[in-house]
Amino acid sequence: MSEAARQAIEKAARDSRARLLAFLAARSRDVAAAEDALSDAFRAALESWPCDGVPDNPEAWLLTAARRRLIDAARHHKVLAQATPGLVAALDEAQVFTDDHVHEFPDERLKLLFVCAHPAIDAAARTPLMLQTVLGLDAVRIASAFLVKPSAMGQRLSRVKTKIRDAGIAFEIPHGAQLAERLDAVLEAIYAAYGSGWDDIAGADPRRKGLALEALELGALLVRLLPDEPEALGLSALMLYCESRRGARRDPHDEYVQLSEQDVALWSIPMIEQADRLLRQAERMRRMGRFQLEAAIQSVHAQRARTGDTDWESIALLYEGLVRVAPSIGALVGRAAAVAQARDPQTGWTLLQQIPASAVANYQPYWALAAHLLNCMDRTCEARAARERAVGLCEDPAMRVFLLRQQL
Amino acid sequence: MNFSILIHETAEAFTRRDDPAQRPALYAPIGAYLQAMREAGVFVGGAGLEAPPTANVLSTNGNGWKVQDGPFADTKEQLGGIIIIDVPDRKSALEWARRFPAMPGRKLELRANLVPPSE
Repeated sequence: MSEAARQAIEKAARDSRARLLAFLAARSRDVAAAEDALSDAFRAALESWPCDGVPDNPEAWLLTAARRRLIDAARHHKVLAQATPGLVAALDEAQVFTDDHVHEFPDERLKLLFVCAHPAIDAAARTPLMLQTVLGLDAVRIASAFLVKPSAMGQRLSRVKTKIRDAGIAFEIPHGAQLAERLDAVLEAIYAAYGSGWDDIAGADPRRKGLALEALELGALLVRLLPDEPEALGLSALMLYCESRRGARRDPHDEYVQLSEQDVALWSIPMIEQADRLLRQAERMRRMGRFQLEAAIQSVHAQRARTGDTDWESIALLYEGLVRVAPSIGALVGRAAAVAQARDPQTGWTLLQQIPASAVANYQPYWALAAHLLNCMDRTCEARAARERAVGLCEDPAMRVFLLRQQL
Repeated sequence: MNFSILIHETAEAFTRRDDPAQRPALYAPIGAYLQAMREAGVFVGGAGLEAPPTANVLSTNGNGWKVQDGPFADTKEQLGGIIIIDVPDRKSALEWARRFPAMPGRKLELRANLVPPSE
């Protein structure tokens, strides 16, 4: 194959695949059929571009080819016979973009993201679906990130796509109160991808590491598509602050290093600066939210790279806000830790005690913090029991070693 | 809903038990793990098992039992222990299984316990 043709196809696959897919899926409302049609179009390009040359507008060529295949496929399946005229009309729009040599066809990726995180879709399937449709990850890669068999992941994804088609889920950008709610689901799904990569830094499962970068990519895309949504900016900033510390979270012997003990020289300053910019941009919009608050807490931690110490007073204040907006167990435990640092262990311990016991029976960070605070208050015996509990609830071997060492 | 966490270990992993230097690092995390299960109210029962060479295997063709020494030899890992837990669903069972202290040569299997047929 000619080098030029190969490069053009690779470039189109990299830069335009998701936009083409979103465009086709938004019109056919059938993600699986749009994917098939697009694969066929790429296959046709592989056959014809090396002989006939690379078309002037590769995206338009691919769009026309995929559109033709979508219509053929719909005609082929008699069940959908009635739907075909509508489909043809919808896809005629695609023809306009190609005939007019319009280089920029509408970017429907945002609609695709909203469909992926639609309330009708099982929450566990949302992140995998985003990774496949928006980032183009294959089912094998996604399956390994979520620790299931590729065949099972493939089946799960195709069931979801069938549901999108059969339920006629609309490709649209929600408005008003709906937007906030639906956007939250999109943000959650992206954050879940980041979280899965974050937890597994231990290397217990190297296959899971990569999802953090993919989550950052989705976050950056969301910021480009929704530049006026402060929470999208907040999520991107939050992930960047966390990512900036990746190199400092383990020592050279692969042992756990507490945030307060991390060598700030190992933090990534460009990532912190990028996060600072995003967060400032979000704050200017004056609509506070959970992800902005979490990012703001991280930004105070990040300032240690410049100032050499941590402003716990500010962190405690930000947690106060976070607990009001989103009172998760994580936020409540984080607030107690911050108050203990800003004031004294006793005050932190009082806050920790207010969390219902049933909510923390399995929550490891609660017991790790309890052990630390009890130790500070010289309640050694209770501290020991709490630390034992924290060890027992650990998933991360490095954290377990760290806690057991304190027990001695 | 009851689940069994079956702990399988390689021969090398079993020998760690005999090394006094390794014993604290081996047992302290498991002790803490079992204690956390008890405190969370999910622990039903369980046991660590003596090393495979101490086993007797009973096999049959349907007419009585033939007793032989040693474990089933056809797998690399042998059963080293079993923990039974009572949790709402498989997701929580998996969460607990993931907390079992990971070590080279260890493998876990999570199975739902059979529910006795109702009368």
